[in-house]
Amino acid sequence: MDYTLDFSVVADALPELLQGCLATIGLALAGMTLALVIGIGGVVMRGSNRRWLRLPVIVFVEVIRNTPFLVQIFFLFFALPNIGLTLNPTVTAIIALGLNGGAYAIEIIRGGVQSIDKGQIEAGLALGLHKSQVFRMIVLKPALRAIYPSLTGQFIMLTLTSSICSAIAAYELTSVAQRIESDSFRSFEVYFTITLMYLGISWLMMTGFSVFSRRYFHYPTR
Amino acid sequence: MGNSFGFGEFTFLMHGLSWTVLLAAIAFVGGGIGGLGVALARTSTSLVARRITAGYIAVFQGTPLLMQLFVVYYGLGLLGLNLPAWLAVAIGFTLHASAFLGEIWRGAIEALPKGQTEAAKALGMHYLPRMRDVILPQAFRIALPATVGFLVQLIKGTSLAAIVGFIELARAGQIVSNQTFAPLLVFGVVGLVYFALCWPLSLYGSRIENRMARATAR
Repeated sequence: MDYTLDFSVVADALPELLQGCLATIGLALAGMTLALVIGIGGVVMRGSNRRWLRLPVIVFVEVIRNTPFLVQIFFLFFALPNIGLTLNPTVTAIIALGLNGGAYAIEIIRGGVQSIDKGQIEAGLALGLHKSQVFRMIVLKPALRAIYPSLTGQFIMLTLTSSICSAIAAYELTSVAQRIESDSFRSFEVYFTITLMYLGISWLMMTGFSVFSRRYFHYPTR
Repeated sequence: MGNSFGFGEFTFLMHGLSWTVLLAAIAFVGGGIGGLGVALARTSTSLVARRITAGYIAVFQGTPLLMQLFVVYYGLGLLGLNLPAWLAVAIGFTLHASAFLGEIWRGAIEALPKGQTEAAKALGMHYLPRMRDVILPQAFRIALPATVGFLVQLIKGTSLAAIVGFIELARAGQIVSNQTFAPLLVFGVVGLVYFALCWPLSLYGSRIENRMARATAR
């Protein structure tokens, strides 16, 4: 084998790749936001005493968690136009990431909500707080703090999963890399470099999450 | 062109499914062996071994599985190894599974009370029998729900072999979808097949998890 590694292609494409990094971070953040909304909404519905509200959430969570993201994104990519929504691939990718992350978020947040002592809720209601205030201040915030490590871990997984969105040609790091690779045939060099970039992105996110947690959750427990 | 989704197409998908199952099985067995090594190195007294395996785990947990497959797939080619696609992909999945299973089992080994190791040492048991007869059987029990959970992740993960071009269930779905122009039906069926494969495992995993939670609550 007379193959010499040549990273000059990668060096030339560095500005594009860095833009791809930003796109991946943006895609991931949008997906996380949607996942958090779906997660909280799902937990509220799941906790309802109406069966027709609970059941769809249970089915949604099980279906998403037991099928591959690749199949989900293909399905969505072809399903959305059928219901009259013709979106660009990147928006489809955000929806797919949000739905996928949302299903995991529902399970994680539910665990946190269940960890809240019922007496706390009763005490809040007895003090004359509105139901929504009790939910926001007594249930949601402490629950979020309790589940923060697993939720952010899941979000980093979601960021890594976003590389699969290249399969529908959404604009993010992997699809940028695939284009450079198909122009240059320097497969190993390109993919090796962006692997390091993903490592940097997940490190950056982990750091960001821990800084946020030190600010937002910095209040005494007792 | 323009076949409809019939028996032939379904058989083709089932052929893809057999590759999915085989790939997941190879990766799980290979990753089980590799993961045992990683977990033991990660909990060993050697600082070098701990550092190296910690780095290995951090890299595989901090990068997308798709990239790991790409790098291994093209990297093996650069090394002059002309391996068949399925083997290259299987090696990629095995390395991935070794890191994740290693980390799960490390956690389980460390979760055991220190007294277990100390008692075994006091009985004069050396490293090998201590691990084999005392530590690992208990650790595997603790780690069982997480291990089953990872197996589900692994089965779903094998769908990424489709992007490298290997024909397993997801790739077979893409091909049939292109032939029949019925993507919703085809990906619906493919999703259902994955679900039928993963859901029982997930249920089993959460059942043993609940049983263990009740046992420790007492």
